[in-house]
Amino acid sequence: MTNIMRQNKTLKIIGVILLLGLFIYYAQNNLDSYKIRILNLCAINIILTLSLNLTNGFCGMFSLGTAGFMAIGAYTSAILTMPPEVKQMNFFMSPMNQHLMNLNAPFIVALIMAGLLAALVGFLIGAPVLKLKGDYLAIATLGFGEIIGVVFTNTQTITNGALGLKGIPQYTNLYWGFSLAVLTILGLMTLLNSSYGRAFKAIREDETAAQAMGINLFYHKSLAFAISAFLAGVGGALMANLLSTIDPTMFKFTYTYQILLMVVLGGMGSITGSIMSATIMTIMMEALRAVESTIDLGFVTIPGIPGMRMVIFSIILIAVVLFLKNGIMGENELTFETLEKAIQRFQSKKGRENHEPTRG
Amino acid sequence: MNLLEVKNITIKFGGLTAVQDFNLNLQQGQIVGLIGPNGAGKTTAFNAITGIHKPTQGKVILEGRDITGLMPDKITKLGIARTFQNIRLFSNLSVLQNVLVGHHLRIKSSPLAATLHLPQYIKEEKQMIEETKELLKSVKLDDVQDEKAGSLPYGKQRRLEIARALATKPKILLLDEPAAGMNPQESQELKEFIMHIRDEFNLTIFMIEHHMAVVMGVCEHILVLDHGITIAQGTPEQIQNDQKVIEAYLGVETDA
Repeated sequence: MTNIMRQNKTLKIIGVILLLGLFIYYAQNNLDSYKIRILNLCAINIILTLSLNLTNGFCGMFSLGTAGFMAIGAYTSAILTMPPEVKQMNFFMSPMNQHLMNLNAPFIVALIMAGLLAALVGFLIGAPVLKLKGDYLAIATLGFGEIIGVVFTNTQTITNGALGLKGIPQYTNLYWGFSLAVLTILGLMTLLNSSYGRAFKAIREDETAAQAMGINLFYHKSLAFAISAFLAGVGGALMANLLSTIDPTMFKFTYTYQILLMVVLGGMGSITGSIMSATIMTIMMEALRAVESTIDLGFVTIPGIPGMRMVIFSIILIAVVLFLKNGIMGENELTFETLEKAIQRFQSKKGRENHEPTRG
Repeated sequence: MNLLEVKNITIKFGGLTAVQDFNLNLQQGQIVGLIGPNGAGKTTAFNAITGIHKPTQGKVILEGRDITGLMPDKITKLGIARTFQNIRLFSNLSVLQNVLVGHHLRIKSSPLAATLHLPQYIKEEKQMIEETKELLKSVKLDDVQDEKAGSLPYGKQRRLEIARALATKPKILLLDEPAAGMNPQESQELKEFIMHIRDEFNLTIFMIEHHMAVVMGVCEHILVLDHGITIAQGTPEQIQNDQKVIEAYLGVETDA
């Protein structure tokens, strides 16, 4: 690629980010709180989906630990951002650990700590577990997620156990959410286009061959796993400071399953696919609430069935697996070039259509 | 001094002895062949040298350094690269990327520097791409550099696998049946190709091959393995006239 083309691409990326910034500015000031909440969830889900796609799609490690890492991030950030008075109120069953009681940090520090702690745990878990392959790795990481839930339920003096934490300051807004999402996207794009990204993909394609090419499997797998855990931790922290209430049952396997669904729908190994599917799914998740309420068709009334949304999602998943095996994007990316080509094709088609009547 | 010395290697899988007392000395610039009937333990011996299997007994010594039982990636870094019997390319990556992966082991930039595209990394990447393109040109794959590796015709896939191994800048190249599935025309080309890369990249080559025309044509020294035991070694002429080798391949005539 020539320098001019590269500069051109950078300019376009900056342009897209500026447009997104304008939209966020408009949304934060004009939309109602329900819509803002949904947009925030979009940003968080983009981060989480990319986190899971890094291990599952790019590195070929079928990990299901997302919810566990989110929990670590969420609790870290909650404990760091909650003022001591609020903590006092939360811990009425048994008092909180004194050292944690007086901890307080700005949101940015809390976010970084949430990510780092999740990454550290990710590395510690990954070191022994990453020797496993395929289904075995999936089961081991799934087990880890469950263990985190149990641990957090029983560490009364740190996490307030099953009662959860309430009154977490709602620092998460669209600016935080989307700037972190954009940072994640840009960071992963450059990482995956670098030599390290190629090494990850080589491991996904053929571990034995990758190792024979001098790639240290342990180092690269741990690296991918830790980065993925870091992002999941940040996502969890954003979630905690958005919802203001967390408890251990929030971070169950069902959440990982939702994120996994987004990864598969978007395409394992596609960043733009993950962005699209995370956005679409998050919005649909809310839009489909309509099917859970009572529908009056005039001649017949369908009673509202809670959980109908998940039935619809399951059907979508089955359809994707059957008809769109590689998700929306497969392993491809939506780039400016493909977009431009599509627009050109569309325009030339339109041009032909406009000319046709005069010919006929 | 011998470049590579394999001393009395024995590899056992449970009760099965796959290779017994295997010895090998490679001198700089040699092309040595390893032949033998199916299941003789040729690939197992390869795997012991490249670190995929840890030998039960014996030593592998590279330039005076004991490398027995090191991890495969470490051994590749020390200068032994290999190809596989059943082609193992990164099929979904492009030809260029496949070879670039072979350069990754020398990377000095940290993952963070690579993510931020710091000048140091950009310089490294640029050099990698330049070297890769040069390598692809010398193995005549530069016209297909952007195609997916999995979509290449068979002969080119074999050549790409060798090119990828060459990207690690090995001293010794181990080829596991490079001519498997090739027609006479292709195997003739392969013969010339092996001689060409040996001279151009200053290599020492150790290869497993069933294709006798190829083995006899390029190898200066040949070892014959049968049921894990080295039954003969010598020049191609000696091997061709060796009674034991003929028996191993064709069976022994028994009197009725």
